[in-house]
Parts: sequence; structure tokens; C-alpha cells
Amino acid sequence: MSSIHLRYEVPGDDFTRAGEASGAVKKRLKALGYNSDAIRRVAIAMYEAEINMVIHADGGYCDVDIFPDRVEILLADKGPGIPDVEKAMQAGFSTAPDNVRNLGFGAGMGLPNIKKYTDEMRIETEIGVGTNLYLTVKVNN
Amino acid sequence: MVIKDIIDILQGEVICEGDLNQEIKTACGSDMMSDVLAFVKDQSVLLTGLVNPQVVRTAEMMDMACIVFVRGKEPDQSIINLAESRDITLIKTRFRMFTACGLLYSNGLSGGCEL
Repeated sequence: MSSIHLRYEVPGDDFTRAGEASGAVKKRLKALGYNSDAIRRVAIAMYEAEINMVIHADGGYCDVDIFPDRVEILLADKGPGIPDVEKAMQAGFSTAPDNVRNLGFGAGMGLPNIKKYTDEMRIETEIGVGTNLYLTVKVNN
Repeated sequence: MVIKDIIDILQGEVICEGDLNQEIKTACGSDMMSDVLAFVKDQSVLLTGLVNPQVVRTAEMMDMACIVFVRGKEPDQSIINLAESRDITLIKTRFRMFTACGLLYSNGLSGGCEL
């Protein structure tokens, strides 16, 4: 099965650029003719994850593999890690600072949103080392 | 309703012009982008008092065609450029959030959700 592999850097120091990778992937999927529901789910999940990387982990990179029946995304950072993943998954739980809330994020909806919009989600995290977030969105064209 | 009607109803000013004849059926009002990403379903206008590039990015991810800045908020050039490159119409209105939403709702726009 052929796939397309894409890699994007997510700069950690510039909140205004968060979402560039998600926007680029969205555009690519649209050009490839994927259905709009799947595209939106990929875009939202990836965007939330990008925002998380900028807020919490000083950026990182995304690897995106586009298959005919699914899109797989890895978002990897060298941030502080997530001490309590279960807690981080709770809607409304957030450790984001006030300046992030002023920008319209930090409502504790990031990870719950990502789970909601993806078919598979897996978090590998280690304190002081970083976090890998694996996402899969299935596509029914 | 089309985007042009929204401009009339809200006595708005176009800051960035996309397709003003685009059909709009539902809208959403929020200053919290995480909530927009969580709850919005097929809504095509975002009303917000928040002014930063992430508002445009959020609209982009959600396939929204139009953003209305309430309370007379002015987006800066970087926001306008971003919207322009994504064909998203930007409008500003002097109405506050509650009034702007109420005016659109009473003219037939819905929230697009059951609750």
C-alpha cells in the first residue's frame, strides 16, 4: 500500500505559527481528494496537538503518513513530559499559564478533543525526556 | 442567509473580503478557541472578541468562511494576511457579543447544535 510521508517542524517560540503544519496537511489531504469529515478530524486533532507542543514543550516535530484508508500522525517533543496522563485527559484540566488562556486556549480541552476526533490515540511520555503522541484517523472515502 | 446579509444585520465593516455570496446556515460565538474546536459542528461563522492569528487558524481547521470581530475589535495586518490567504472573510461590528449573536439568531441563523 503506497503512502505519502510528510514532516513538519513546530517552532516552540512562536505561538502565532502554531497551526501551520495542520493547515498544510489539511491542504494536502484536500488536494488528494479525501472526504471533508476526515480532513477536518485530522486538522483539528493535529492543530490541538501543535498548540499543546507550543504551550508545554517548546515545539517539536510532526510526522504524517497518509494512507488510502487512514492518516497516521506522530507529534514528538522534548518537553517536560506529562506527569499524570489520566488527569491530563480529563476535560477541563489544564496546566496552561494565564497568557495562553488570554489567547483562547488552555481550557483543558486539548487532549479530550484530540481523543474525540481520532480513531486511535496513544501517548508515550517520560518526565524530563518528552512526549510522543500517536494518532490515527480512519478515512472512509 | 449569505455573508452579505450578516454585514447588513450587524452594520459591519469588511476588513478582508472572501466570497460574500457564500451561504451561511449556522454560527458560533466564543472567545475560547478550544471550545470552538470542541463543540462546533458545521458552523460557518465565528463571532469572537478575541483578536489573534489563532482565531483564523481555528476557523481554517473548522472550514469556517467568515469571522466577525465583535465590540469593534481590530485585527492587525498579520491576521488579515492569514485570512486573505485562506479566503476567509473578516468583518468587524460595534455590537457586543450577546447583541451580535442575538441579531443573527433572530434573523434565522441557528447554532447548528441541538443544545
